[in-house]
Amino acid sequence: MTLLEIKEIYKSYGDVHILNGVSFTMKKDETKVIIGPSGTGKSTLLRCINQLSPPDKGQVWLNGEEITNPKSNINKMREKIGFVFQDFNLFTHLTAVRNVSIGLEKVKKIEKQEAHKRAMQELTRVGLVAQANQYPAQLSGGQKQRVGIARALAMDPDLILFDEPTSALDPELIGDVLDVMKSLCGKVAMLVVTHEMGFARNVADEIIFMEGGIIVEQGSPKEMFTNAKMARTREFLGRIGALYGDEKGG
Amino acid sequence: MAADFGQFFINSLPDLLSGLGNTLLLTFVSIAAGFLLGVVLALGRVYGNKIINGFCVGYIELIRGTPLLVQLFIIYFGLPSIGIIFTPIQAALLGLSLNSGAYQAEYLRGSIQSVESGQMNAARSLGMNKLQSIRHVILPQALRISIPAWSNEFIYLLQYSSIAYIIQVTELTAEGKFIAAHTFRYLEVFAMIAVIYLALTIISTEIIDRVAKHFSIPGIGAAKRTSLRDL
Repeated sequence: MTLLEIKEIYKSYGDVHILNGVSFTMKKDETKVIIGPSGTGKSTLLRCINQLSPPDKGQVWLNGEEITNPKSNINKMREKIGFVFQDFNLFTHLTAVRNVSIGLEKVKKIEKQEAHKRAMQELTRVGLVAQANQYPAQLSGGQKQRVGIARALAMDPDLILFDEPTSALDPELIGDVLDVMKSLCGKVAMLVVTHEMGFARNVADEIIFMEGGIIVEQGSPKEMFTNAKMARTREFLGRIGALYGDEKGG
Repeated sequence: MAADFGQFFINSLPDLLSGLGNTLLLTFVSIAAGFLLGVVLALGRVYGNKIINGFCVGYIELIRGTPLLVQLFIIYFGLPSIGIIFTPIQAALLGLSLNSGAYQAEYLRGSIQSVESGQMNAARSLGMNKLQSIRHVILPQALRISIPAWSNEFIYLLQYSSIAYIIQVTELTAEGKFIAAHTFRYLEVFAMIAVIYLALTIISTEIIDRVAKHFSIPGIGAAKRTSLRDL
């Protein structure tokens, strides 16, 4: 069953065309990884999906409902779409557990104690029970990002968007975050923008290669890594593989 | 001489204390009313559409661009000519609140804008609407950041509430002037008043510091003020 359908998304900032007609679909619980050079519109695409930056043209459908329709209740739709940010964006004034429970309390209107219980479960899942009462400033980058993932998971989303979730982390902290993401595979749909080739290769159901605001090529990891059709894809994968290592996080 | 001053001090105290009551009334009501007004104006400036933003900017510039004294004169002496009459204390409360609101709005606006934009993005991504995001995510951070500036505004109001004596409010300074005019002991009277203001300032600074400490959270601004006890 189709979970997400992106149809011909265009987005410009002033004269700069970021996205020039991007279309793809995702099935329930599928993991897709978007790769491509910087400035290609990968992050913008994620922000177009949950309407943090509404697209200029094109449609986004989730579970058969059009998010891009101005009449749709965007806040309700966003409950179903988790977002994990490159720079975490944890709520600075709340402890780890409150970061996870606040959405349950204020958006889902779940009673405070129940929300706390659920939040603790999510923190257990990402291995951070001991840090539950610490503030973001007291957590390491990797811990922050895992709280960010727990915060998204607590809302019971159908889809989680990951915007370069490990790019701001020290190398030795990346593994913990990738492990948590891997553990989610097949349980929730994930759309991941990343340069972690190991993750893409071993975890993704499909890899999407973007450049210049369009999808250049997409396919299974096996096809993309061993038998890419486009010369540009092969060149990019070769270069990024040498830089980041194929096996890391794999 | 010393004994004489002691007696004079004791005789003057009841009048000074009654004036002090009005000073505190003016300060507390105006800081609170000004705070509520300031929050609304600041939010209007940061998140309002063109019309709301324009209105807020206009109000803030008008108030900050004219002397408090002139504002009080307009309220107390000017408005009666169009049929709006206030008692002195009402006029002073209104004037100080409207004035403080404009200044507090600017402190708060700075604090709101210093909260990273990612915080709003994260709140909206969870499904909060704009108002929920402001209430549960932006304001709790912005208010903490603004405490030092707000502490300044409180002390400013405490002292500048003395200007209300010009529209016949018998607050601390006005009582002092009255006593001095009758006894010709200007130096002693105003020295006493200066000491009272100083004491109030030190006490309130200390209280605000403790409040700030109580609400402080690792990672959120509000650089520690040096209090007198640390010197």
